[in-house]
Amino acid sequence: MGVGVAASDRVEWGFTSSAYGLAVLDQSQHLHQADDKSPRHLESVLRMLALSCQRDQRDLFEPLNLVVGPGECIELLGPNGSGKSTLLRTLAGLHSQYRGEYHSVAAVYQGHRLGLDELLSPLENLAWFAGLQDQRLDRDHALAALARLGLLAEAHTACYRLSAGQQRRAAIARWLLAEHPLWLLDEPFNALDVQSRVLLNEILYEHCQAGGAVVCATHLQLQVDGKVTLELEPVAEVLV
Amino acid sequence: MSGSFAASLKQLWHKLGSPRWFYQITHNWVRGFGVMAAVMLVVGCVWGLAFAPPDYQQGNSFRIMYVHVPAAMVAQSLYLGMGVAGFIGLVWRMKLADVAIAATLPLGITLTALALFSGSVWGRPTWGSWWEWDGRTVSTLVMLFLYLGIYALREAIAEADLRARAAALVSLVGTVNIPVIKYSVEWWNTLHQPASFTLTEKPAMPAEMWLPLLVMVLGFYCFAGHNVLSRMRLEILRREANTRWVAELFAAKPVSASITKES
Amino acid sequence: MNQLLQRELTSTLRTRGSVTNPLGFLLLSLLLFALVDPGAQGGQGSYLSGIFWVLILLTNLLSLDAMFRRDFDSGALEQMLISAHMPFVAVLMRIFVHWLSSGLLMTLFVPLFGLLLGLESETFLPIMLVMLVGTPALSLLGSIGAALTVGFSRGGTILALLILPLFLPVLIFGSACISAAVSGLSFAAPLTWLGLFSSSSLLLAPWATWAALKISVEMQ
Repeated sequence: MGVGVAASDRVEWGFTSSAYGLAVLDQSQHLHQADDKSPRHLESVLRMLALSCQRDQRDLFEPLNLVVGPGECIELLGPNGSGKSTLLRTLAGLHSQYRGEYHSVAAVYQGHRLGLDELLSPLENLAWFAGLQDQRLDRDHALAALARLGLLAEAHTACYRLSAGQQRRAAIARWLLAEHPLWLLDEPFNALDVQSRVLLNEILYEHCQAGGAVVCATHLQLQVDGKVTLELEPVAEVLV
Repeated sequence: MSGSFAASLKQLWHKLGSPRWFYQITHNWVRGFGVMAAVMLVVGCVWGLAFAPPDYQQGNSFRIMYVHVPAAMVAQSLYLGMGVAGFIGLVWRMKLADVAIAATLPLGITLTALALFSGSVWGRPTWGSWWEWDGRTVSTLVMLFLYLGIYALREAIAEADLRARAAALVSLVGTVNIPVIKYSVEWWNTLHQPASFTLTEKPAMPAEMWLPLLVMVLGFYCFAGHNVLSRMRLEILRREANTRWVAELFAAKPVSASITKES
Repeated sequence: MNQLLQRELTSTLRTRGSVTNPLGFLLLSLLLFALVDPGAQGGQGSYLSGIFWVLILLTNLLSLDAMFRRDFDSGALEQMLISAHMPFVAVLMRIFVHWLSSGLLMTLFVPLFGLLLGLESETFLPIMLVMLVGTPALSLLGSIGAALTVGFSRGGTILALLILPLFLPVLIFGSACISAAVSGLSFAAPLTWLGLFSSSSLLLAPWATWAALKISVEMQ
């Protein structure tokens, strides 16, 4: 779960976001708090209230007000530099300069970087991720996921020996095993061939059907039924 | 009674979150500190360098103490202040805390270097050596390295927010570390003259010697206050350059004659 | 926790040179010292112990630079920060494995170093004990600096500037211990201080490292 709350007026007030005590340890600590108990919140997977990410204290885009419920697939569009990656990183908890609030359930984040240890095999990587979340890796489950992605034969090969596309698919296995409802994906189609792209679209669709949600920044169109397109609007330069 | 005190403290804390409020409120302080510093430093220098009686052991060379001791004391206080600002900055993400750290660095580095240099100059005629390794010298040297490290770190990081957090973390860790180093070296070997001036103990020197020292110490503190506050105000203006209140501030001031003459 | 430890061990062992390079550096530099100054042989007390500890510090410095770099570049560090349920444990495992491949390894090679430097064999065991107590502090405190500078392309100098002040107490107490041991005196007092320093680092350093990692990850 991610929670971010910010003081409203960035001009006057010098407390930047996450001002509620022990900001050093805050992100992961906040992760396990139940916020408000409104029924709408219990339904939604991700809520953004007047959220605008910042770099160098400048807003990157117009504030977003959005509620993402289970089963929804959001396609994030916008030119390079419009703040898509920053938004995803903020929602994942990796970027702490922003204005507004967001509330999310446990999420998987996939950035431009793969997030895999190259010296380990896909299976060992999955064991590590399970260990980070304090869980034992279910080997059968893991092998099944790798098989789905066509990596069963390479399950024990060190990742640096795999091709870029295979490494990408190994990363996808991580999402399947994490069992988190929300997926935050940044250009997941990079380096995938046509066949793998079809597979990825299928996986995204299945995840949404099963009650999860996807927020995906991409240059390629998502081929997922019922997707919603969100475009980030740039901010006009104004002397505040 | 205590309720209203707590409430006003809380209000003060909240106000400290506003750089604008800080800028407005310190306007007079800067001038006040500056004047006091000038007066005290002049009085202290003249008194200490010309009028205080010479030490029966060290002769006239002890007079460098009037520069060395205040420099060292203020440098340490500034470092402690940076540590506190670092803590506040990390926990409460207060913008002013980072402004304080940025403003304290130049003076802190200068005073620490001055303290080391003047200590060395003092040591040569007095104890025969330019440098001795004991608790105080090592911890002052380490403090200089920490100051320089924080400076280098700030220069290396481009993003303002990250720069602030990294500097705050290092200053906090360093503040915990300095006493450890000091006591560890003192445990190893003590050669340095015992403290000639502490706030609570009666000093071992006669009054004619430590009174000018007191004046110099206070003068240095006032100067530090003046310098740090001025730098903080400048830094605030720089960071808030795009805001309305800063624009209004400079729109209200008439262009002075000297500037038009130069252009 | 077991899986975390396993990953760190596997990762370190598979990285070429992560284990042998620091050890090789230490061995070579000790050889150089023994070569250049024949007086250093025969154990000239505090001079020797100081040199020894300085070299250990420098070796640690070398291996710390790359401590988080690979994971930073590959994105695994981000994932660790997002997913870790117990950040303290995750960081501690990394530091622990780093210590295994640097501090512990150097401790085990002390008899060899002692032979090179002409120390008497009764001093080997005390020296190993001192290193066993002191080197964890080096890995713990060094990880803070490594975490802060992992985002810099040439962070080496800043790393040294930041963590050498932190290493100083280990240097002071450590060489006090060794010089006492070499002279045959009791070294219980500095050893206790060293142990105190190491245990407080164990409690505090992982949190500082975690905070530093969070800052560094945002730099990407």
